[in-house]
Amino acid sequence: MIEVTNLTKRYAGHTAVSGISFSVARGEIVGLLGPNGAGKSTTMRILSCFMPATSGTARVAGYDVFHESREVRRRIGFMPENNPLYPEMRVREYLKFRARLKGLGWKNSRRRVGTVMEQCGLTEVSHRIIGQLSKGYRQRVGLADALVHEPDLIILDEPTIGLDPHQIRSVRQLIKSLAEKHTVLISTHILPEAEMMCSRMLIMYGGKILAADTPDNLQRLMAGSSQIFAEIAASPEELREALGQLPGVEQCEVSAGEGAFQRCALTPRDGFDLRSVIFTLARERGWTLRELTRSRHSLEDIYVQVTRPDEEEEI
Amino acid sequence: MKIFWTLLRRELAAFFLSLMGYVIIAAVTLIIGASFAMLIRNLGSAPFLMPVTELFFNSFLFWIIVILAAPIITMRLFAQEKASGTYETLMTTSVGDTAVVAAKFIAALIFYLIMWLPTLACLFIVAHFTNQRSALDAGTLGGMYLGIFLSGCLFLSIGCLASSLTRNQVVAAMISLALGIILFIAAFLAQSVITAGSAQLHLLNFFSLFKQIDDFTRGVVDTRTVIFYTSLTLFFLFLTLRVVESRRWK
Repeated sequence: MIEVTNLTKRYAGHTAVSGISFSVARGEIVGLLGPNGAGKSTTMRILSCFMPATSGTARVAGYDVFHESREVRRRIGFMPENNPLYPEMRVREYLKFRARLKGLGWKNSRRRVGTVMEQCGLTEVSHRIIGQLSKGYRQRVGLADALVHEPDLIILDEPTIGLDPHQIRSVRQLIKSLAEKHTVLISTHILPEAEMMCSRMLIMYGGKILAADTPDNLQRLMAGSSQIFAEIAASPEELREALGQLPGVEQCEVSAGEGAFQRCALTPRDGFDLRSVIFTLARERGWTLRELTRSRHSLEDIYVQVTRPDEEEEI
Repeated sequence: MKIFWTLLRRELAAFFLSLMGYVIIAAVTLIIGASFAMLIRNLGSAPFLMPVTELFFNSFLFWIIVILAAPIITMRLFAQEKASGTYETLMTTSVGDTAVVAAKFIAALIFYLIMWLPTLACLFIVAHFTNQRSALDAGTLGGMYLGIFLSGCLFLSIGCLASSLTRNQVVAAMISLALGIILFIAAFLAQSVITAGSAQLHLLNFFSLFKQIDDFTRGVVDTRTVIFYTSLTLFFLFLTLRVVESRRWK
């Protein structure tokens, strides 16, 4: 559905996207993950033909985004960052306007507007003025707009930003339900969100794609550096000795915790999951175990992890 | 074409969905009314040989309306969409750049013409209270409205260009006001300098907006003037289209 090769976008003074290549197959939900300024929005703007790339090519459904932009634009539904809408219009009126703008006929647009309003849960606000709607509803209007002409590819730039948890959940569900018919490219900077929705993730940082894989594989990749924390009531010497002898432990630190408890931080070898081993050990020795967690990697850790080789090279 | 009508309808609706449209119409109606009252008072004190329409345009108020209203009407067109981001949603649908520019310009033009409707009331009053049939002549009236239409086209196209250049509405209004005033000054120059044979002065003569509008109000339609106005309008619209397209230039 999307083929991007060596795409570069340079603004005066800085490079927003530098030589990225990736492809997205039909029916995939792909997440573009990265911190602010990573080049996600720029990539999406190029794909939606809003602006040209400095070099490299991008094709959507086999059409070049620069040379055959109208064919591409006919096939995409794009929801830009911050979801801009006309605040003075009413929901149905706006969606109808957008449907007509995208070339749907009078009858067809009526039918589609009805369908997407139902799909996005907008039916009860169809006569409200957009400017007076809550952020969650406005976001859904933006989504409905992206869907209204049944595009092959839906590009959503930060669709859940600024929503409350309940609204986020409903928007996520909606996006997940799109997978059957459409290809979806979404950008986000929230890792769990991408994990939940996407079949594949592209991690962008500083205009480059650092990793591209399924959420599971990325997790496995990251697990190598995860840490296990345990709070156990035992003497520090005994703990150090016992934990150090466990198979799969690379490093073990024990520090004094609250009362009789000791805080242990363990680094496993090769992403080995130590939690069950520690539990068995504590049971065997009759220790009281009150906490056992594996540190989850935040997106930041992943950036740090994947960017580290580069930085070392530079030094 | 279908898309063009959809766009035109939305652009026109935007004028009337915001307070701005009504404020402009109210202000213009006030100025027209004041101008008309002045005219009537002058007519009461002494007889004039000129047609009523010419008297009306002889007052500077006509120019105030055109020069001030055009930037205010047009400043919103592109600048607001750019500022709010809807420009992105608009330009990523399959609509063509030409349709967007044309729809915005024509919507502004229609609004501009609606804004002039109160003059019809003035005409009605003149027709009702003078018993002379010659007071209002079809030729002079047609000329007057053609003048209004053409000068509107020119100043609105300048406004379109200004609005497409920036994302700030105030800046857009300032640019088009500045350009309008430059044209205005050229018109003053053309009027005050005696047009001798030199090429520059001949060129300047084309910019004598006052004289041209004067001709129109007298019912004289000079094709050169019509061509001058339409070609300048098309030129500014062409520039606007280029600016809109420039986003896609490499």
